[in-house]
Amino acid sequence: MSAFGHKDLLSIKQLSVSDIEFILEVATSLKELIYRDIKKVPTLRGKSIINFFYEPSTRTKTSFEMAAKILGADTISISASTSSMVKGETLIDTAKNLEAMNPDIIVIRHSSTGAPHLIAKRIKVGVINAGDGINEHPTQALLDLFTIKEKKGEIKGLEVAIIGDIAHSRVARSDIIALKKMGANVTVAGPPTMIPMEVESFGVRLCHDPYEAVKGKDVVIGLRIQLERQKKNLFPSLREYSNMFGISKKMLEFTKPDAIVMHPGPMNRGVEIMSDVADSGRSVILDQVTNGVAVRMAILYLLIGGQK
Amino acid sequence: MILIKGGTVVDPVKDRIEKLDIVIDKDRIKDLVPCGKIFESDQFEFIIDAQGMIITRGLVDMHVHLREPGHEYKEDIRSGTLAAVAGGFTDIACMPNTDPVNDNASVTKFILEKAASQGFCRVHPIAAITVAQQGKKLTEFGELKKVGAVAVSDDGKSVLNSDLMRRALEYASYCGLAVISHCEDPFISEGGVMHEGRISTQLGLPGIPAASEEIMVARDILLSKLTKCPVHIAHVSTAGSVQLIKMAKEQGIPVTAETAPHYFSLDHTAVMDYDTNTKVNPPLRTEEDVEAIKSALKEDIIDVIATDHAPHSPLEKEVEFDRAEFGMIGLQSAVPLVLDLVREGVLELTQAIKKLSVNPAFILNISWENINIGQKANLTIIDPEFEYVLTEEMILSKSKNTPFLGKKLKGLVKFTFVDGELKFTSKLKF
Repeated sequence: MSAFGHKDLLSIKQLSVSDIEFILEVATSLKELIYRDIKKVPTLRGKSIINFFYEPSTRTKTSFEMAAKILGADTISISASTSSMVKGETLIDTAKNLEAMNPDIIVIRHSSTGAPHLIAKRIKVGVINAGDGINEHPTQALLDLFTIKEKKGEIKGLEVAIIGDIAHSRVARSDIIALKKMGANVTVAGPPTMIPMEVESFGVRLCHDPYEAVKGKDVVIGLRIQLERQKKNLFPSLREYSNMFGISKKMLEFTKPDAIVMHPGPMNRGVEIMSDVADSGRSVILDQVTNGVAVRMAILYLLIGGQK
Repeated sequence: MILIKGGTVVDPVKDRIEKLDIVIDKDRIKDLVPCGKIFESDQFEFIIDAQGMIITRGLVDMHVHLREPGHEYKEDIRSGTLAAVAGGFTDIACMPNTDPVNDNASVTKFILEKAASQGFCRVHPIAAITVAQQGKKLTEFGELKKVGAVAVSDDGKSVLNSDLMRRALEYASYCGLAVISHCEDPFISEGGVMHEGRISTQLGLPGIPAASEEIMVARDILLSKLTKCPVHIAHVSTAGSVQLIKMAKEQGIPVTAETAPHYFSLDHTAVMDYDTNTKVNPPLRTEEDVEAIKSALKEDIIDVIATDHAPHSPLEKEVEFDRAEFGMIGLQSAVPLVLDLVREGVLELTQAIKKLSVNPAFILNISWENINIGQKANLTIIDPEFEYVLTEEMILSKSKNTPFLGKKLKGLVKFTFVDGELKFTSKLKF
């Protein structure tokens, strides 16, 4: 185990406030590497990182690879269609086989909640959760914190609204836990079919009206609507969703004048976020992507053997 | 002859607890006298010192999955009945969701023959309500009854078509079969893997709301009212179901109900670690539901404690939570968990034994003799004070899927007699 004190990064729940502050601090110092002419340092030279993506991903997968490569590590990527999963191998067996090749860390995205936890318990290699089912996406939450801190200076006391499909969003769950930990006030709003039962148990305020929810906020986070949710009748049509919950210029008139807009991507333009908002000066969506590389460098560095 | 001396005999029918010595001769109880009246002598093959132990008529579990035919790698009739006698059960009723489904006389006969030749206790087959449990066409209740089925159930799912369920109640009652209803609205529970509430929200697991069970409990009560035919509600897990059953009983509707030990011993917080052994259907509910189940047992709104013993191998359990099968084994942990309720003061000892023996026997209409002179010697001898940690080695079922593994239990079945034969002796010693 590293000096960081964690073998795995499975959930925001496992991190203390000082853990999070430390990750953000390390990310801050590593971020400049992204802008160097020669983007390579030997920090993790000779280390190997397996990106095991059992679900499609562009941003997160590329971001982890980029982060690993900048730090000099070797990366191997496996997707569900190229893994033995399609041959019927169990997740635990796949993980044990990967472990037998002695990598330094396994990054996993999986459609089942708890899948990273399942393998982390059974292998000695560290596991990073890159998104599990509808549960958590801890590195996204950390890069969101990083971005908010970068733009707003201080997270404590900030007013944050999260709009959309809270129930089925791993970003929402990790963001809520992370923001509450760091002392922000969080308000959520969305169609009632997409608000999980007893959401207030996270310490958030549930707001009926999204316009009311964003009122006076410093940060507005939009969430991706998974289009297949429509089939389960969680909302009647994209048109109605967009009209009622889409983050628009009109909605942003209610926030603080300097409020920022975030989105974990991939965006459905014109559905949960209007194009003129996504492309406006308020939007920090692409900063989130850049910061993702910095934060993931920090996490890899700390888990594979950084000194605290 | 066998002498059992110094034990405390519990009679759930006469609601009596007394210290009696028991003499067993061949398959029957020959003598039953106040302690100390019978002297040890060499006419006895062996003598059991039952000082401090509870002796009851063999227990009855009306909800067991034996997995044979079809899934013998999880459990078979031999291993399942062995686990049963180790848990103190002399009679178990097995659910029809085997492969092939027990939906015809030949499968029922197969189970009975296998149980007679290899089983450690009596097995009472429950046949399916509908062919292949598909909810479309009734099975041949008349013939099934004739060859030895005691009840019908599509356990694992509800008969969705309310008209078909109505006909099943009417026809089963005519044939003398109990109807056991698994209550679940599959549309509302689809995709769910645990109770929908605070913990599912925290864990990011899709939920099964309490209403999924309660909708069907309400429907089946109304069908029972309409037809005046009895219905037995399996594995009640929610406070709402308890209320509905209470209301039905107050109106004289012939409904009976069971719950499983895990619904009064564990709540949904047990899922916290994504332990697939806590994944059961219906799911572990809230703290309030657990309290409601306990009160319902106390007030006799729930008549029966049945284990819903559901063996699964690591193939089904050592996987992602949403891919894992529902179910936990329960035959060997039932007695200590029920004794916990007695110790907590929720149940009287005789009341607890009633729910584990005479009540399920009555619902299934299977013969049940009390501990009396001349009756068959079906006896369970329990050491209520024995404390131990449940280990894999102790579990005689082929499958070890229980969240009570590694947990401390209090109360151990020491001996089980089936028709005068000692079928189980615990090897655990102080």
